[in-house]
Amino acid sequence: MQKNENKNMFKASWTYDKAPESTDHVQIKKEYELYIDGKFTKPVKGKYFDTVNPSTNKKIASVAEATSEDVDIAVKAARKAFKSWSSLSGKERGKYIFRIARLIQERAREFAVIESLDGGKPIKESRDIDIPLAANHFFYYAGWADKLEYAFPNRNPEPLGVVGQIIPWNFPLLMAAWKLAPALATGNTVVLKPAETTPLTALKLAEIIHDSGIPKGVVNIITGAGETGASIVNHPDVDKIAFTGSTGVGKYISNAIAGTNKSLTLELGGKGANIIFEDAAIDQAVEGIVNAIFYNQGHVCCAGSRLFIQESVADLVIQKLKDRMETLIVGDPLDKNTDVGAINSKKQLQIIENYIKIGINEGGDIYQSSCSMPKAGNWCAPTLFLNVSQSHKIVQEEIFGPVLAVQTFRTISEVIEKANNTPYGLSAGVWTNNGAKIFHLTQKLEAGVIWANTFNKFDAASPFGGYKESGYGREGGMQGLNPYVKFD
Amino acid sequence: MNKLMYPNLNNLPVYDTTGVNERIAKFCSRSIKKSSKNEGLKLAISMIDLTTLEGKDTKGKVQQLCYKAIHPHDSLKDIPTVAAICVYPSYVGVAKKALEGSNINVASVATAFPSGQSTLEVKLFDTKFAVDQGADEIDMVISRGEFLSGNYNFVFDEIATIKEACGEAHLKVILETGELDTLDNVRKASEIAMCAGADFIKTSTGKIQPAATLPVTYVMLDAIKDYYLKTGKMIGMKPAGGISTSKIALQYLVMLNEVLGEKWMNNEYFRFGASSLLNDILMQLVKAETGMYQSSYYFSKD
Repeated sequence: MQKNENKNMFKASWTYDKAPESTDHVQIKKEYELYIDGKFTKPVKGKYFDTVNPSTNKKIASVAEATSEDVDIAVKAARKAFKSWSSLSGKERGKYIFRIARLIQERAREFAVIESLDGGKPIKESRDIDIPLAANHFFYYAGWADKLEYAFPNRNPEPLGVVGQIIPWNFPLLMAAWKLAPALATGNTVVLKPAETTPLTALKLAEIIHDSGIPKGVVNIITGAGETGASIVNHPDVDKIAFTGSTGVGKYISNAIAGTNKSLTLELGGKGANIIFEDAAIDQAVEGIVNAIFYNQGHVCCAGSRLFIQESVADLVIQKLKDRMETLIVGDPLDKNTDVGAINSKKQLQIIENYIKIGINEGGDIYQSSCSMPKAGNWCAPTLFLNVSQSHKIVQEEIFGPVLAVQTFRTISEVIEKANNTPYGLSAGVWTNNGAKIFHLTQKLEAGVIWANTFNKFDAASPFGGYKESGYGREGGMQGLNPYVKFD
Repeated sequence: MNKLMYPNLNNLPVYDTTGVNERIAKFCSRSIKKSSKNEGLKLAISMIDLTTLEGKDTKGKVQQLCYKAIHPHDSLKDIPTVAAICVYPSYVGVAKKALEGSNINVASVATAFPSGQSTLEVKLFDTKFAVDQGADEIDMVISRGEFLSGNYNFVFDEIATIKEACGEAHLKVILETGELDTLDNVRKASEIAMCAGADFIKTSTGKIQPAATLPVTYVMLDAIKDYYLKTGKMIGMKPAGGISTSKIALQYLVMLNEVLGEKWMNNEYFRFGASSLLNDILMQLVKAETGMYQSSYYFSKD
């Protein structure tokens, strides 16, 4: 394996002492139950599974596994609550949602630590991005609750009913917020299932939702793996499914509800193109590449996992990128200086490692940062593949890890063709100092989000979603209300 | 003498202020604790150009400052001395004498500091006078008016001429970034200075606001990096003005560590132009040793 051929002339010499975030204030129970009908209840079949800390692979807590019986109870509770919740005035609904937002802010430190413990992401990301954005989403949609008639003038928006929501493990609390906030603001009731590897912040959120005094049954949070999700999808009394996750599962859900009256929004995989032109601010573009692919260990559906560099600056960008990668600190997610945390699960690590093998076998030139990594736990060094092309598997398929496929291009038309030459269409990035070029590309690129001279920026007021096999429906912004209402 | 190469200013990297600020925020969020903090603070002391550049400076004031430079805080052990004392040319002789026997350099501002608004003859005389008095380092200012009007040749030639007049003394070129307006201009001025023979590039005189900032210093470090890759020559960096607390000094060091790395992490290639910074660092070091912050009146103000 070709590794560390970089001479690293600018090696850092000053190593920072450990700066772990304190965990004293965090309370984690040994066992977590299902939150159904305003109560924490034991699962009918009495089965539990472990949730582990991916940076050590040690168990954190036991979590109830919901079976189809539990799903049925939860859906019934949601159905029962729907009538009164949907007839409550928007202003009253908004009060509860505001309360949830404020409670998240008050307990932000605890949420941040648990998010990093359970999911492996660096504390600085959970502290500065995940948790504040989650609160932001609740605040934002709380504001819409009594203004729906302005969002849909003269159309009399009505809630759909009981919504089943299934969320992924890469942004556990944030995705819960993306799903819950608009559904509640529009008057729906919810059965939400967090991913099996990261259920803890959703269960903590259940505590907050309980404290908010929201009527029982409006929000039900149940835990489990794929089968539990399938039970929600296939439950006859669910009116809508909202799913964020892999394209494979998205296709399964799409098939499963075909022929039913259920509506569906899907936010699926991606293989975002990050395009660097020769006239870009190169140093900031390099930083943007790092944000695009190594942020959250690359576990980001909208990650910029395909890099396109204009030929004239390719050598320079690659050299600068390698230098920059050397300064990334990989390790303990709870250390405030950690830049790249642990891979979310053993299973995901295997998937990533397998893709790296495929990349090498296909003849790509691999470069990995020479960072030190802890022995226990799931780790993957930031990785580049050079000299790859559109026909390589690692260029075509979503890896969902810190692995970047690098290609070069000469002309604008060439890079547009290559960027769009994928079944996905979630995100793209354009780096240039030329404003006209930005607008030209944003019109031609088939992607739901296109960032100009930045990457991986999110805001509650900005809609997010995909083209093509990256899904349909939008989350965030006024557009994010749409999938949760019907019109007469 | 090496043949000077006039830089190609049409092909310089550009900077995106938003992107630079984001990168800076990352440096500032590093948490520097315990022994790495102590190590950083001591390193910072050794990089200080302890400065007094006041109209009211006197012989006595300069002598006191020199004593402070050699004895930052005698009750603390293992405290390094500062790198240099920085004064006006008229006090170079005084400082040189006061620092005799120490390895602390004397730096002198010159070239009609701080505005640079004078003739080349005057600037040359100013420089030679300081060198003759024994200055080890000359901190010159560039002609910002000429730079902003696009007269880059003038700026280049002036620096090259002053460099020659410096002889053995090291030349630091002050860009006065607070007057240059854009990061792209900062890069351009850095390029001119390095190509014209600067040993160090320096942000500010301290007489104009804003003085040193992290984004401006970042751009200059990036210029130094590219220059090293191109020529193999290491240029030093000196942010000056406004760096008055340990916290800010550590942020600069984090940035230096992660941009230029090991080779630049010493006072041969990095300096802080500062005066009140020294006591703030000493206060932190005393706190690290005793566990308590002492009042500022326990630290000598010279």
